[in-house]
Amino acid sequence: MTAPGQPLLALRGVKAYYGNVAALKGVDVEIREGEIVALIGANGAGKSTLMMTVFGAPRAREGEIRFAGRDITALPTHEIAKLRIAQSPEGRRIFPRMTVLENLQIGGTVSDAADLSADLDRVFTLFPRLRDRQHQRGGTLSGGEQQMLAIGRALMARPRLILLDEPSLGLAPLLVQQIFAAIRTLNEQDKLTVFLVEQNAHHALKLAHRGYVIVNGEISMQGSGRELLQRPEIRAAYLEGGVR
Amino acid sequence: MEYFVQQLINGITLGSIYGLIAIGYTMVYGIIGMINFAHGDIFMVGAFLALIAFLVAVAAGVSSVPLALFIVLLVSMALTALYGWTVERIAYRPLRQSFRLAPLISAIGMSIVLENYVQVAQGARVKPLPPLVHGGYTLFEGNDFAVRLSNIQIIVVITTIALMAGFSFVVARTRLGRNMRACEQDMKMAALVGIDVDRTISLTFVIGAALAAVAGLMFLLYYGVVDFFIGFLAGVKAFTAAVLGGIGSLPGAMIGGILIGLIETMWSAYFSIEYKDVAAFGILIIVLIFLPTGLLGRPEVEKV
Ligand SMILES: Nc1ncnc2c1ncn2[C@@H]1O[C@H](COP(=O)(O)OP(=O)(O)OP(=O)(O)O)[C@@H](O)[C@H]1O
Ligand SMILES: [Mg+2]
Repeated sequence: MTAPGQPLLALRGVKAYYGNVAALKGVDVEIREGEIVALIGANGAGKSTLMMTVFGAPRAREGEIRFAGRDITALPTHEIAKLRIAQSPEGRRIFPRMTVLENLQIGGTVSDAADLSADLDRVFTLFPRLRDRQHQRGGTLSGGEQQMLAIGRALMARPRLILLDEPSLGLAPLLVQQIFAAIRTLNEQDKLTVFLVEQNAHHALKLAHRGYVIVNGEISMQGSGRELLQRPEIRAAYLEGGVR
Repeated sequence: MEYFVQQLINGITLGSIYGLIAIGYTMVYGIIGMINFAHGDIFMVGAFLALIAFLVAVAAGVSSVPLALFIVLLVSMALTALYGWTVERIAYRPLRQSFRLAPLISAIGMSIVLENYVQVAQGARVKPLPPLVHGGYTLFEGNDFAVRLSNIQIIVVITTIALMAGFSFVVARTRLGRNMRACEQDMKMAALVGIDVDRTISLTFVIGAALAAVAGLMFLLYYGVVDFFIGFLAGVKAFTAAVLGGIGSLPGAMIGGILIGLIETMWSAYFSIEYKDVAAFGILIIVLIFLPTGLLGRPEVEKV
């Protein structure tokens, strides 16, 4: 476990580039054990890049990323996954020609084989739809089912920290509620630490303990979820005219 | 009719050898989207290693042919796999982030390196192996023509079927196979779930080379001769087989191999043996124009 007061994940002065174009221009983010932290920002602000940079793809060219006190800035991507950080990435990236079951098994790559059936059960309890469709090919699932599978696959790693990139994208309101309820349950019951990217700022900030706002590759604001929801700049930029 | 059945048998035997080589092309293409032009030469190296292993086994006093065959099979598979691993490690991996044509050019370079290396080390002359497996069966006779099925042909076809079955099982059911498919479908995501992508790619080359080594041994037994240049033609034909079957598809590679073997044999038997290689190249061109995804290939675009 992490020492008291020490963040589970810490990014300090992280800069990342695509070619010579800077996508992250010196980002500081801290996530403590047991928290739900939301990251909000406009299209192209660098949210997905930030999530992927934690896994070294793209790699931080400057700055430092620490997980549970350990410097992971230069660690190979698959080694980072072995530390039990899991991600449901942008676009879900389900393995299209594998069954639901195989996708989940692949998610358990870093877990003990002995835990497999218990972990599968846990995911199927959370998302019963996946149990019914376990022999269907991932590429033929509906968008919502794929989203559940992407989150389920990440959970199969028994993560200490889960990164969720727009889990509500393209889903019907009822499904969005289900997914958000699932995230809350995982956080409250299983003490799972969650780092969440959302377009849906209202939902995300209500769910999260704390939030960060990213603008053009830089963190422009941070605070508790409730606090950020009250800020007029945020209301104007991310809430009004958008969501309820 | 008898003559035709005989060509059918010969064609399937030859096609099995092409199929085993074609798997190496198709697997590597599937996982990193690159045509490994050096693969035909890996097959050639496998045939040479088999020949050398035979000579060593005989010198060491192994007198039972089945035992010698078995030892040679294992030794040439292991050593050829090492060649396959090394080629990937030094010629392709450093170029993986580079522009698309770079590894392709590097592969052509590796092909030339392997050919010249074997030519220098083993000489340019054809190397014979005295026939080891004799005998066979006369299936039926008619019109003064006996249809023969030789023991070598039986060995080639049965070995191929066994390897295909084993390999299909590995790909479909084992953890390694699942990792290979994951890398093939989404390399970035595979790394995110904790799969060591570099290692999986290395193993793909190792397996492809081991299968090519088996093909090399079969070639050696069937034809009794090898030289440093056999990899080029066999490689092009196996590549044609992979494209015909649908590049990226394992059953496609096998079916494509058999078809190319049959076409080549039938062409030689009924038209002209001088132009048998032209037949294979002609098919490659026709398939590329009219059936670019091959028989079992899937179209590039896929709804995800
Ligand atoms: N693979 C890439 N190559 C080049 N540029 C990229 C690449 N991926 C992202 N970018 C650029 O980096 C910037 C940040 O992109 P990113 O995907 O992180 O944004 P985002 O905040 O997740 O946006 P969205 O809300 O649309 O998902 C954008 O300007 C984008 O065009
Ligand atoms: Mg994004």
